[in-house]
Amino acid sequence: MGTLKLLQGNEACAEGALYAGCTFFAGYPITPSTEVAEYLARRLPRIGGVILQMEDEIASVGAIIGASLAGKKSMTATSGPGFSLKQENIGFGMLCEVPCVIVDVMRGGPSTGVPTGPSQSDIMQCKWGTHGDHPVICLTPAYVQEIFSETVRAFNLAERYRTPVILAFDEIVGHMREKIEIPEKGVLEVENRRRPTCPPSEYKPFDETQGDVPPIADFFSGYRQHITGLNHASDGFPVNASPRIHTDELRLIRKVEGNRKDIIRYDTVLLDDAEVAVFAYGVSGRSGKNAVEMARAEGIKAGLFRPLTIWPFPVEEVAALASRVKAIIVPELSLGQIVLEVERCAKGRCDVQGIFRVDGDPITPAQILEKIKEVG
Amino acid sequence: MSDRYEIRFSGSGGQGLILAGVIFAEAATIYDKINAVQSQSYGPEARGGASKSEVIISEEVIDFPKALGIDLQLSLTQESCTKYYKDIKPHGILLVDEDFVRDIPEGDFQVIKMPIIRTASEEIGKSFVANIVATGAIAAITGKVKIESVEKAVLSRVPKGTEEMNKKALMAGYNMAMARLG
Repeated sequence: MGTLKLLQGNEACAEGALYAGCTFFAGYPITPSTEVAEYLARRLPRIGGVILQMEDEIASVGAIIGASLAGKKSMTATSGPGFSLKQENIGFGMLCEVPCVIVDVMRGGPSTGVPTGPSQSDIMQCKWGTHGDHPVICLTPAYVQEIFSETVRAFNLAERYRTPVILAFDEIVGHMREKIEIPEKGVLEVENRRRPTCPPSEYKPFDETQGDVPPIADFFSGYRQHITGLNHASDGFPVNASPRIHTDELRLIRKVEGNRKDIIRYDTVLLDDAEVAVFAYGVSGRSGKNAVEMARAEGIKAGLFRPLTIWPFPVEEVAALASRVKAIIVPELSLGQIVLEVERCAKGRCDVQGIFRVDGDPITPAQILEKIKEVG
Repeated sequence: MSDRYEIRFSGSGGQGLILAGVIFAEAATIYDKINAVQSQSYGPEARGGASKSEVIISEEVIDFPKALGIDLQLSLTQESCTKYYKDIKPHGILLVDEDFVRDIPEGDFQVIKMPIIRTASEEIGKSFVANIVATGAIAAITGKVKIESVEKAVLSRVPKGTEEMNKKALMAGYNMAMARLG
């Protein structure tokens, strides 16, 4: 039996990080993510960890990349405006293959927007916020318990694939409180990065002959490291030559896209015989579940697909769904972002309709039910 | 979703209404072992402005986390009362501070008036425990959580050294509401 607590989503995220072995947090406070930092500021120093309030968001990602390269599990947390600033170093982390976790608690935007209001309008930024072709893993929990477990999973995926992992949830689930059970140590799997076993003289930090995810040594452990945001050879030093750049870029993408089965996770409710599907994540997924239950009570065959991994996108799953339902409804707290991805996967095999809302309130089950009846 | 009971704590930012909601939710989930979700909404101001905190209690899993039809709304200020009362569902309850909410809105709900802030300042000696007085009153009116559970939750959440004062405030609100209910 674990420990029962009434926690905010943001606090559960901090607990998940601690459970996963995070010992370093750097950030710059911003509503509605600040409680993640506050909670860790109380807890990390007591276990020998470090929390730094940096001068800005770019430096915060720089700091967690540095800590990770020194062998520590590290995390930062922010919201829209700060997430925009972090993008430069997020790209650096992706190219340099540095395991770390970036939390984005989504609020209304663009710009300073609505600091205390919920949103899901950073979801495309999670995928395309930094420039260049890059691998992205992004998780979207919807319940406080799930924020805990998905934070643990975010750290595991970061370690397993040697890449930054983004955890994106909206202000409502970040700030709401629910009862959660924090499991005893050992109940949830906690993974650690593969470190080199070769002698230091033979070590290359980006050695593709070791597989798509080469082992990574800790700084100051005797293994020579060279880290640069320039495309690099297996020893880490810059290259400007074909075909290395091409093959290495392909490897970066492949280590995520080629492991979709391992990375993609989702929840479904009454979906097997559904004629109308609701595709929704975060707080909209919670509304979607109630809407589906209400529709079923009225004899309408509706079901829910709730992605926990939004990137890489569950392309095959949505394509298969589109082949067997009449319509997919996509409620989201934006003016229409993830609906475009659903349309892309559905390829016209079924009707795809969005429900969009950006006034600071969540989409209600009744709003979704109305749409289910309209298309059903 | 049929057995949801929705409580809204509303007032002015700084009155401790989010804490009141947290305490109520903690009493329900941790001590009474029923499901509850607490959420909040507030403007960019740290103090002042209408602020609300909502607690949904249910025997079932709670998915949609915000209010759909309020069973009981507490309003400690006129602004919050006027701004939020429309969400009270038919035959619901509007609990107001009788000194600060003078303009009572009309609707298909029961109105309960109590001197919540006055009780806090005169009986307890600190107006800032009005949130705890209100929590005691709501525990009595709704009967949704045991008062012993609320007391445990209060003690786990208030600053050290204020335990006795908060216990007194809780019971003052509880007893006042019990006396009103007859």
